[in-house]
Amino acid sequence: MPEIKVDEKLCKGCELCTTACPKQCIAMSDQFSVTGYYPAKLAKQDCCTGCGLCAQICPDLAITVFK
Amino acid sequence: MGEKILMKGNEALAEGAIRAGCRFFSGYPITPQNEVPEYMSWRLPDEGGTFIQAESEVAAINMIYGAAATGIRAMTSSSSPGISLKQEGISYCAGADLPFFYANVVRGGPGLGNIAAAQGDYNQSVRGGGHGDYRVIVMAPNSVDEMGNFPKLCFELAEKYRMPAMVLADGILGQMMEPIEFKFERVDPAKLPAKDWALGNSAGRAKRVVKSYDLREGELEKINLRRMAAYRKIEQDEVRFEAKNCEGADLVVVAYGTSSRIAAGAIKLARDKGLKVGLFRPITLWPFPKKQLAGLAGKAKKLLVVEMSMGQFVDDVRLAVNGAIAVDLYARPAGIPSAEEVMAEIEKACQGIKAAPAATAAAPKQRGRPKGSKNKKTKAKRTVRKRAARKQAKRGRKGGRR
Amino acid sequence: MQQVNKWPSGLVNKPLRYCPGCGHGIVHRIVGECLEELGIRERTVGIAPVGCSVFADEYFNCDMIQGPHGRGPAIATGIKRSKPECIVFSYQGDGDLASIGMAETVHSAARSENITVIFINNAIYGMTGGQMAPTTLIGQQASTCPRGRTVQANGYPIRVCELLAQLEGARYLERTSTHTAAHVIKAKKAIRQAFQNQIDGKGFSLVEVLSICPTNWGLTPLQSLKFVTEKMMPMYPLGVFRTPDAAAGAATEGGAA
Ligand SMILES: Cc1ncc(C[n+]2csc(CCOP(=O)(O)OP(=O)(O)O)c2C)c(N)n1
Ligand code: SF4
Ligand code: SF4
Ligand code: SF4
Repeated sequence: MPEIKVDEKLCKGCELCTTACPKQCIAMSDQFSVTGYYPAKLAKQDCCTGCGLCAQICPDLAITVFK
Repeated sequence: MGEKILMKGNEALAEGAIRAGCRFFSGYPITPQNEVPEYMSWRLPDEGGTFIQAESEVAAINMIYGAAATGIRAMTSSSSPGISLKQEGISYCAGADLPFFYANVVRGGPGLGNIAAAQGDYNQSVRGGGHGDYRVIVMAPNSVDEMGNFPKLCFELAEKYRMPAMVLADGILGQMMEPIEFKFERVDPAKLPAKDWALGNSAGRAKRVVKSYDLREGELEKINLRRMAAYRKIEQDEVRFEAKNCEGADLVVVAYGTSSRIAAGAIKLARDKGLKVGLFRPITLWPFPKKQLAGLAGKAKKLLVVEMSMGQFVDDVRLAVNGAIAVDLYARPAGIPSAEEVMAEIEKACQGIKAAPAATAAAPKQRGRPKGSKNKKTKAKRTVRKRAARKQAKRGRKGGRR
Repeated sequence: MQQVNKWPSGLVNKPLRYCPGCGHGIVHRIVGECLEELGIRERTVGIAPVGCSVFADEYFNCDMIQGPHGRGPAIATGIKRSKPECIVFSYQGDGDLASIGMAETVHSAARSENITVIFINNAIYGMTGGQMAPTTLIGQQASTCPRGRTVQANGYPIRVCELLAQLEGARYLERTSTHTAAHVIKAKKAIRQAFQNQIDGKGFSLVEVLSICPTNWGLTPLQSLKFVTEKMMPMYPLGVFRTPDAAAGAATEGGAA
């Protein structure tokens, strides 16, 4: 199943990726990351299609997409 | 090499730079240095180099910043107001340790001033010129021959120490024609050693960065301290000067560039009259020949500084001798003294020497007490200057080129 | 399962220090990918401006030079003319490119220097703390027009692509945006084209990118995306304004209604 991995060391919690996902698979974590942000995470199972759009808009290259 | 040719100073400067391997020039027109870009515009392409008439001096110096960063021998030239505009870029080059060569063919100032020869940009040149703590190597030619031969020295020093180097000339040196002999083999740029900091092809090596900033705590000072040590070494090793008839002289005239030529003429007149007068001419204005000037203190009885500015150069002379010898000043800010005028100043200075015993002459009382100094000499000088101003006015404004 | 995307070799592998949501990061990634995909990384020299992206000299994985505020195109000119085999790009903000450096922008375009200019239009001075930029919109607040930009006091914003489109030498001009993933993909196409033009010796190429500055706009990143569509795009319509083959194009998206 396609998925994304969010690098919590890079993610600054800007939420831009949540607007990019056509399937709304991404949500923000309620746990602080080591860098002090609420990072993005894949929130739903079997949701991601691996389209890569979230990674397109991420300004911090925090998202790696697997398909 | 070897053959003598008749050339204009500005053209000699340009040709000298090309023979020294310069392959990039960008500049903006301004009198009295226009012959430099004009010459470069046809001569450089013939040598496979690049000439660009930039949209401004600001653009010109930044083209130099880019070109110099690739390791090419790059040059720009201008005159006073244009050099002012270039200062930010020169400061960046100094801050990024980039070598390049530039010339200031100084004109009268401040502001638009006039287009006659002047030496008013002395402080700007020898103190770095732009913002921040840095120096540039400053060479002051006093002949067309030196105009043509100094660019090579400047490129070599600039590259040796990775910093800007300049020629400080003026309208007279730029415009006059004299025979010149280029005393060096033409430099083939392809044969110059590769620079291990130059930008370009990064295949097989780590990326390189040319920059003048460092925001890390304490790092900028470390860089500046390293640069300071290099400057100290330059002050030790790279001083150039000319001393003529200084041995046994009572009075030594200290002057650079055009005023040193005029002084040389005056000294000849004085020596014909039996006065013991010598000439000391700094060739590098930075590094300044401090030690050599200080060395005159025990020998001569007085120094007379002749400069075509209000008294900028004299400050460095006084710092060098540190009160050990009296220093008189003949200042012509944006005026050109005649040999006769300087001769009159020499005679006056020599009279002072005879009148005063050596010990008093050596005391640092000199002149320049701001208030209450009813110094006759100051008054005399003022009249001379007034006379000169009148003369200048009579001569009228020459030419409309600005 | 296969990895779809990876860190481009054109970017040094380390975290970017821009604010959360800042558009600079998106454009950095795009440029880094172009250097890799076009195989030009090892012969590229980039110019970092004065502005928030002054640190671009650390981020791009190619030879870099950081120069005086606004003079990128002049520096690029010096590099390109000295090393024509190199690919030279200048990365600039709106204050850098359209205010203090306007003369260098216009004249390098007029000379059609064979260089690539990446122009980040965020309608504000980011680095110095949110002062008015030449691209600040009428009514938009900035720290030097706290009551909003007015025509009377501050004049009109400058549309750089439209202005440069008057110049014969400006061979490729496109305005793009980064406020949706689809627009990011288009922006990449444009930037890639701007590099390709240089490889092909086509002359001056500039890509303007509408980019968000949540910090100095005083908005969240998500609100900022809206600001782009609602406020910026009417003033700065997206589209190709010049291509090497056709003299002038027309706006394809946005523009005053
Ligand atoms: C000659 C000079 N003037 C002013 C500055 C101060 N300064 C630094 S960044 C900047 C504005 C940058 O704004 P912009 O180009 O829009 O880039 P951004 O920070 O928004 O990315 C200014 C005015 C400077 N460094 N040098
Ligand atoms: S890859 Fe596509 S589907 Fe998957 S999370 Fe990202 S945007 Fe959503
Ligand atoms: S766009 Fe990137 S940085 Fe922003 S929240 Fe998503 S993963 Fe994090
Ligand atoms: S101030 Fe604005 S332009 Fe600068 S890094 Fe932050 S968001 Fe980006």
